[in-house]
Amino acid sequence: MRNVGIIMRRELASYFATPLAYVFILIFLMLANAFTFYLGGFYERGQADLAPFFNFHPWLYLFLIPAISMKLWAEERKSGSIELLLTQPVTLWEAVLGKFFAAWLFTALALALTFPLWITVNYLGSPDNGAILAAYVGSLLVAGGLLSVGSCMSALTRNQVVAFILGVVTCFALLLAGYPIVLDAFRSWLPQAFVDAIASLAFLTHFESIAKGVIDLRDLLYFAMLIGFFLLATSIVLDVRKSD
Amino acid sequence: MIKTEHLTKRYRSLTAVDDVSFQVGPGEVLGFLGPNGAGKTTTMRMLAGFVPPTSGRASICGHDIETDPLGAKASLGYLPEGAPGYGEMTVRRFLEFIADLRRLEGARRKARLDHVIQHLQLASVLEQSIETLSKGFRRRVGLAQAIVHDPPVLILDEPTDGLDPNQKHEVRTLINDMARDKIIVISTHILEEVDAVCTRAIIIARGRIVADDTPLQLAGKSRYHNAVSLQLEQPELLAATRAAVAALPAVAEVEVSERDARLTALPRSGATILPAVSELAARQGLKLKELHLESGRLDEVFRTITN
Repeated sequence: MRNVGIIMRRELASYFATPLAYVFILIFLMLANAFTFYLGGFYERGQADLAPFFNFHPWLYLFLIPAISMKLWAEERKSGSIELLLTQPVTLWEAVLGKFFAAWLFTALALALTFPLWITVNYLGSPDNGAILAAYVGSLLVAGGLLSVGSCMSALTRNQVVAFILGVVTCFALLLAGYPIVLDAFRSWLPQAFVDAIASLAFLTHFESIAKGVIDLRDLLYFAMLIGFFLLATSIVLDVRKSD
Repeated sequence: MIKTEHLTKRYRSLTAVDDVSFQVGPGEVLGFLGPNGAGKTTTMRMLAGFVPPTSGRASICGHDIETDPLGAKASLGYLPEGAPGYGEMTVRRFLEFIADLRRLEGARRKARLDHVIQHLQLASVLEQSIETLSKGFRRRVGLAQAIVHDPPVLILDEPTDGLDPNQKHEVRTLINDMARDKIIVISTHILEEVDAVCTRAIIIARGRIVADDTPLQLAGKSRYHNAVSLQLEQPELLAATRAAVAALPAVAEVEVSERDARLTALPRSGATILPAVSELAARQGLKLKELHLESGRLDEVFRTITN
């Protein structure tokens, strides 16, 4: 596990060695605030909570998360540094985890930087801070889930643009798995049991229940399994394709 | 000790490495030669644990590359082809990252880092990011990361590719310095390198080993082994001299280079022709710029067995 930490620190430092980190954080904060105040009607609602803020997170992540995850493996494969990394005495799994946690920690940092909104809402009224904390946890879990998907898409290709597009499309499908736009595509040719299974994969339903302030063990388990599954898929894909 | 047994790698229809078996012991510097696409890089990648073999086995210092990959990797320093690195990292941060992964700690970590920085002359670029470095410096950073943990086995894929003659010389000196107590495998298609650093050469073509010998013995297989080369001061005598040399009983063939008025007499197999040729030159009163005995041309052997 020590290697996970070493790889994570290197990866995290590399975000800040380029403009990527600063651009991402800036855009994330700008969009998050714009959505909250203009689309969410933060003031007009007259309620001291952060619902208009958290409701837009999945949509914000839909484009911003693949922008982070696209480089995770595609860049390593393109530059050949993957050969250097995987011939050090580390396991593939340690490398997959290290890079994933670096990306997740980075989004956690961006998320934490939205704290002025939390201060604002506490200044304006007396919100349920427990519910806000739960919503933050939920938002972070959605980000982690989407990052694990993006990590897998990034492992599939040497091209970062392709990784980005695959990431957005797959994340979109998973976000909306419970809605007709996705389910109709499967309903005609899959048995109902499978369609129900796909529907239960939906991010949004799990996120919405956490965002309301209820942290249910089932929702936590859902995100843990989802992340585990896609990271495992990442390592399998890499094992097969790393030297292509 | 590096040991491979029937090592084979197949990609769909292509057999990149085909039944390769060899052993390398301490003190040996093995040159891995072959045309591009012959399977050198694939063999090295299998030894380094980056691609798994389709069949066969290999071990590094007793650690099987498939059943004990971490043990094998820990005994190994590896320079991948093209010396890739993390472009945005500074040289110092990069070497520290590798030192951490290699479990170097405390005083030893500092000593080893200082050692590689000094020996590969990286002090002037330590704070520069790797992507801004010249090809030569990048290669040296790659070498530095391969030796930072002082491994008993070094596998270097084209360590001098892209370096200028001075840098090549430095890298070869470095390899020679380390050769005494290590096992070193280098791949190259530069034949002078084999003479300069290798104690043994394996030539590989279409995935198979086609020769495995010392550079001297390999050169001995050349048609030019024991050939005599002479350069005339008077180019107009070239044709006459050629006829006279060709008439000598032990001479099989004479090659002529008009550009520098040079004749090369190739002996019949096993024959010695130097005394006869020099006697002929004395008898005819030829003025020679140069007369020498060739030990054999490695490039010619290389072409003959890989084509």
